[in-house]
Amino acid sequence: MSTSVASPSGGSPLLSTPLLEMRGIVKQFPGVRALDGVDLDVRAGEVHCLLGQNGAGKSTLIKVLAGAHQPDEGEIRWDGDRVTLGDPQAAMARGIATIYQELDLVAGLTVADNVFLGRERSRLGITRPAQANRAAGELLARLGHPEIRPTAEVGSLSAASQQMVSMARALSQDARLIVMDEPSAVLDAEEVDHLFQVVRDLTADGVAVVYISHRLEEIREVGDRITVLKDGRTVATGLPARETSTAEVITLMTGRTIEYVFPARREVRDQAAEPVLEVQDLSLAGRFRDVSFHVRPGEVLGLAGLVGSGRSEILETVYGARRATTGTVHVAGRRLRPGDVAAAVGAGVGLAPEERKSQGLLLGEPIYRNITLASLARFARGGYLSGGAEKQAAREQAEALDLRPVDVDREVRTLSGGNQQKVVLARWLLRDCTVLLLDEPTRGVDVGARSEIYALIRALADRGVAVVVVSSEIPEVLGLADEVLVVADGDVIARRPADELDEHQVLDMVMEGAAPVPGAAREGDVA
Amino acid sequence: MSETTTAAPPSGSAADAGDGARAKGPGLLGGPLGRNLGLVVALLVLCIVGAITAPGRFVDVDNVLTILRLAAVVGVVSVGMTFVIIGGGIDLSVGALVALSSVWATTLATQAMAQDFHWIVMVFTAIAVGAGAGLINGIVIAYGRLVAFIATLAMLAAARGLAEIIANRRTQIVQDRGFIEFFGGDVLGIPTLVIIFALVAAAGWVLLNRTTFGRRTFAVGGNAEAARLAGIRVQRHTVWLYVLSGVTCGIAAVMLMARTTTGSSTHGTLLELDAIAAVVIGGTLLVGGRGTIVGTVLGVLIFTTLGNVFTLNNLSSSAQAVARGVIIVLAVLLQQRLAAGGARPRKKARGAATSGSPAGALPGGSATPGGPAGARPGDSGGRPPT
Repeated sequence: MSTSVASPSGGSPLLSTPLLEMRGIVKQFPGVRALDGVDLDVRAGEVHCLLGQNGAGKSTLIKVLAGAHQPDEGEIRWDGDRVTLGDPQAAMARGIATIYQELDLVAGLTVADNVFLGRERSRLGITRPAQANRAAGELLARLGHPEIRPTAEVGSLSAASQQMVSMARALSQDARLIVMDEPSAVLDAEEVDHLFQVVRDLTADGVAVVYISHRLEEIREVGDRITVLKDGRTVATGLPARETSTAEVITLMTGRTIEYVFPARREVRDQAAEPVLEVQDLSLAGRFRDVSFHVRPGEVLGLAGLVGSGRSEILETVYGARRATTGTVHVAGRRLRPGDVAAAVGAGVGLAPEERKSQGLLLGEPIYRNITLASLARFARGGYLSGGAEKQAAREQAEALDLRPVDVDREVRTLSGGNQQKVVLARWLLRDCTVLLLDEPTRGVDVGARSEIYALIRALADRGVAVVVVSSEIPEVLGLADEVLVVADGDVIARRPADELDEHQVLDMVMEGAAPVPGAAREGDVA
Repeated sequence: MSETTTAAPPSGSAADAGDGARAKGPGLLGGPLGRNLGLVVALLVLCIVGAITAPGRFVDVDNVLTILRLAAVVGVVSVGMTFVIIGGGIDLSVGALVALSSVWATTLATQAMAQDFHWIVMVFTAIAVGAGAGLINGIVIAYGRLVAFIATLAMLAAARGLAEIIANRRTQIVQDRGFIEFFGGDVLGIPTLVIIFALVAAAGWVLLNRTTFGRRTFAVGGNAEAARLAGIRVQRHTVWLYVLSGVTCGIAAVMLMARTTTGSSTHGTLLELDAIAAVVIGGTLLVGGRGTIVGTVLGVLIFTTLGNVFTLNNLSSSAQAVARGVIIVLAVLLQQRLAAGGARPRKKARGAATSGSPAGALPGGSATPGGPAGARPGDSGGRPPT
């Protein structure tokens, strides 16, 4: 088991048995050990905060807790008894409720319907809406939100109100432990205050709350104790939420044990070259504001920020997959039509999207068809495809990228994550892209293949491609990029050369939402 | 780097164990034959049954030509339908478009023009009307973002209504002898209609398997978002798919006009159900992204041969409808089995996202890909009076 558990004896030893005890939880996915010995204990009536960087294992842990994943090793004790949470129903029956980041409500049903979904109030199969409405109303009143009408359609409610509906649902199941996954991400300041009041009321009633957030000030305000995860391990547990310093927390979260091999940057960059991608004052209403940057051939620009900070949206807007509210994008001096992907592709821009499977690949089609998808015209004369040339070209790319297996007739679905990513990259290589936008290029790529992807990205840059990389993993951005833009809440708060930043500083900026040094914000470099 | 090589093969081969046969599926030559083997066998069995139950009459050149001639009209429409369905859509308006095209091409005005110039005017008119209506379908669906089912359902109602208005509910006789002689005749003993069907099917096969248009059709139907992000103009492509379907309706209208020597607003009634049924039992997935022309042609032949065998044995058309319904359900069940391997990873992802929900009632969502497939052809088996 993990030896790095630095438990400073926790808070009050009043309750001898914790409500929930997880010991040595291990969860293995193909190629990734998502959880590698996690310990967590939660007491009744406390707010237990779970901290950790992306990929630290928080999501997997709460899925284990919700019964959605089965741990490979380790034990879970509930009220002192060893239990198996074989499926979500089993977890619910014990009184464990999870409120996911993406709310899982049925938009077309009413508030009361959603609260009692699957456990409808009924007699002889006939629903009893009046009773359900009354009960839902009571739950919402208890949550301090009597203004949410039980008969309102959920789809018409604000995100904050929807969250309350989710919480009412948790309460209606007599939950004794409620897991909240970044509940404040969709809320404004006032709504967050409301939420905290609800959380305090719940804990006063003896309900335990596991609270996941990236915002340290929230954790200090509402939390009791902190558990920090890193690389699937518990690195600290039972830290007092109010007394632990930001620096201490960040130190625990950083300094990852897995070291990736990043390829060397070019020592002297060609500062004289004309930028190939120029983004001026780009904004997308509600997502990000006034983003400006430019990238020269051979440069790798990294966008660092938390999930939801707007980094992916910036990339998608540059690409035309979203239509910019204001601002311009120029590629090699020519302005791109906003909201027109085909124009961007025509100008030599390529995107490897975040959701590779749903946005990037035709999973049921063979490799070669995925590679040639953006360059079909090249293999066609009058629309008639020359199959041999097409396959040959795809095979050459596959070999150049060391795709395994090289058999280009294989369905893409049968490939590993790393090789699927290579297929996407090969598509744009075949097109001779001048600008490559990479959104989370190593998501779902196993540890061994990552260095390979990094080397590929650097090799592309060395061939003169301008690369923009978005990643939730700060070390990845720092290791890969020449320059880094730090994005928080839709604002670019800093732009620096990557070698002048460390993980600690970036994490501090994105979690506090501001750059410590003024003047760096929102300015493209002028060099 | 060496680490990757050890990491990649296990996941690949594990998936391959179940998928090995299917991995070659979309290959151009090997796959379709293998996948259509079942259909070929079904067709052969039907022929054997026909030969045994109606010996003299079934195995007869004239009878075979009758079957082919009957198959021709549905077949041409089904080829267009195959494109639409592979592209992730559906076209319920085909029957109505055939009627509208046939009526428009046989109005007094059109026929007068044809008399002055050449009967080819009628052919052009029919195809132009079909293409125009298809264009409207496509624009409403692609740019108006209306669900294809609804948009083409509306076209189904509107086009037949328009046909009735134009024809004033009367059957319009085709006057031009040349037209009837050309399309009603034969070349070297093979009816012209059958030759047209063969040509359309061959052109469809080339278009689907050998052109950028076909490739993009698979991409748009298989994963519209990925296609869009790869720079394909998905909306424009969708419009072309419905135009293509409309064109095949126009061709089918010409063929019907030749066969019946009339243009009528009742032509092609319920043709959409026959076409969709043929496409579906031909192995094309109703969710899009996968399908073959060969399968569709076999599907059409199976249905037509079935009808012929039933007729030769003096069985009622009602019994035939029941048999059709059964065949459709069996074919789709089989298809789902095949598709299940393909859909599994997606299902798993969805399951992981929803299974934690307190509702817990969502795993049933995995049945949706088959849902519409099961429901729609079921309707066609029952033949509801529309």
